[in-house]
Amino acid sequence: MNESSVKYRIAKSKLSEMVISLFAFIIALPLIAIIFYVFKVGLSKLSWNFFTNIPKPVGELGGGIANALIGSLIIILIAALIAVPIGILCGIFLSENRESKISYYSRLAVDILQGVPSIVIGIVIYFWIVKPLGTFSALSGSVALAIMMLPIIIRSTEETLKLVPTSLKEAGLALGLPYHKVILKIVVPCGFSGILSGVILAVARVAGETAPLLFTAFGNPYITSNILKPMQSLPLLIFNYATSPYDEWHDLAWGASTVLLIWVLLLNIITKLIAKRWKVQL
Amino acid sequence: MEVAFKRTLVISAIVMIIIAVGVFVTLLIQSLPSLKLLGIKYLWGTTWDPVSNVYGALPFLIGTILTSFLALLISVPFSYAIAIYLGEYKPKGWLSAFLKNIVELVAAVPSVIYGFWALIVLVPMVRALEIKLGVAPYGVGIFSASLVLAIMIIPYAASLGRELIMLVPSALKEGAFSLGATRYEVLMQIILPYTRSGLLAGLLLSLGRALGETMAVTMVIGNTSLLPKSIFAPGNTMASVIANEFTEADKTVYLSALIELGLVLFVVTVLINILGKAIIQKFAIDI
Repeated sequence: MNESSVKYRIAKSKLSEMVISLFAFIIALPLIAIIFYVFKVGLSKLSWNFFTNIPKPVGELGGGIANALIGSLIIILIAALIAVPIGILCGIFLSENRESKISYYSRLAVDILQGVPSIVIGIVIYFWIVKPLGTFSALSGSVALAIMMLPIIIRSTEETLKLVPTSLKEAGLALGLPYHKVILKIVVPCGFSGILSGVILAVARVAGETAPLLFTAFGNPYITSNILKPMQSLPLLIFNYATSPYDEWHDLAWGASTVLLIWVLLLNIITKLIAKRWKVQL
Repeated sequence: MEVAFKRTLVISAIVMIIIAVGVFVTLLIQSLPSLKLLGIKYLWGTTWDPVSNVYGALPFLIGTILTSFLALLISVPFSYAIAIYLGEYKPKGWLSAFLKNIVELVAAVPSVIYGFWALIVLVPMVRALEIKLGVAPYGVGIFSASLVLAIMIIPYAASLGRELIMLVPSALKEGAFSLGATRYEVLMQIILPYTRSGLLAGLLLSLGRALGETMAVTMVIGNTSLLPKSIFAPGNTMASVIANEFTEADKTVYLSALIELGLVLFVVTVLINILGKAIIQKFAIDI
């Protein structure tokens, strides 16, 4: 092998490294630009009234997103109340019974649900809850979001609890603790940080979900706390107002986007901090 | 107490099975009227006209396939570049930590915000491009939707790819280096062949994401039920037509035809996801 061919190979290697690095960073620019753009346009729209008022009709100034904020909080809270217990229990089951037939099918079901497009969940919940009750409702939106949260919570619970050393469990059992105490007092506390970060991540994921709410929570221009009535949520408000032709409504949507973005990013950062602090694997 | 606890655990696992089966059964039952009335020709009918009760899903199937594959095509060079950069070239250091964090944060941005951004910023840019190219300047359309989708898939595909590339045993790479291979040669002859099946699975999973993405696409695709004539024409995907017309559907067949779209979407994404995950799992075990 002569020297020029070696030089050629080194040059080719250097060049390819440069091109690949360039591609990696070129695409980072628009990604950052999206976040910056939302903040740039949206932050100026935020004010006290923005958080306390409900949207005003076109042409009137000073509308806010209070209805969507409250609605989002209620819908997500109920979704979490449904999904967290079932998710953690199912996660415990899967990590405790790794080989059984039920776990195989349950795991398959979780995989399937994780991949289902969110709009399909919306359709199904429409027939499960909205139609029998005869009206769009916040509750149905919560159930839809809960179904989307479950796979995330189950997976993180299962993965975390798998890492808890068997010796701990055996020590508990050797001391004569009943099975449920071993699980609830030893295994679950050991994996608490992992489970917690899974729950927060799940909340972050569904906080921005719009599609499953279109046919369930539906949206509502007024503040309501009745979970059996239609309710507004932040992503729904953004979708409705962003696609409207009015500038005032666009402003409202930008402000709401900023709030939603801050909320979602904060939750994600918290998850990462927890994961880093306790070395959780997600 | 102990028995009750164990039973609760089993029930929670069974609940997941019931939900998954229930989703499928509900979609199937609700799309029966359209399955019965329209039969298989529903899938290649080119006209979707609820007013005269004609339902052909081909425009949406084509729209979905076009947007998803175009998005995949656009995103692949970038997501692989990020994956290779973070997984092989610079696994450590502040610059890659920065890039990695950006990618992870961007993955968390809700799709409705992508859609809004695209509607305000991207669509005018596409329109300008269309004027330059001399095609009808809609702005909204298949091409815009593919661009947003590509941006949304990149973070996901990149982190998946990075993990796969980091799984390549360093003994193999060191062996190649010690024989005098350059970085490029190690990349092409060790890393890529080694991760091929995993990267393919990554593509599949990204495709699954793109197929089911609703909001961002709905906001920029232009929403017409006509067969798209070019990639710049407005159109509709399966997910976007459901989002747009579901609450307006006043006839049983109309609603049922929309749900059948949901059923198709469900079956396709489930198959793609299971296949993709199976390949990745096999890949991880092989190593």
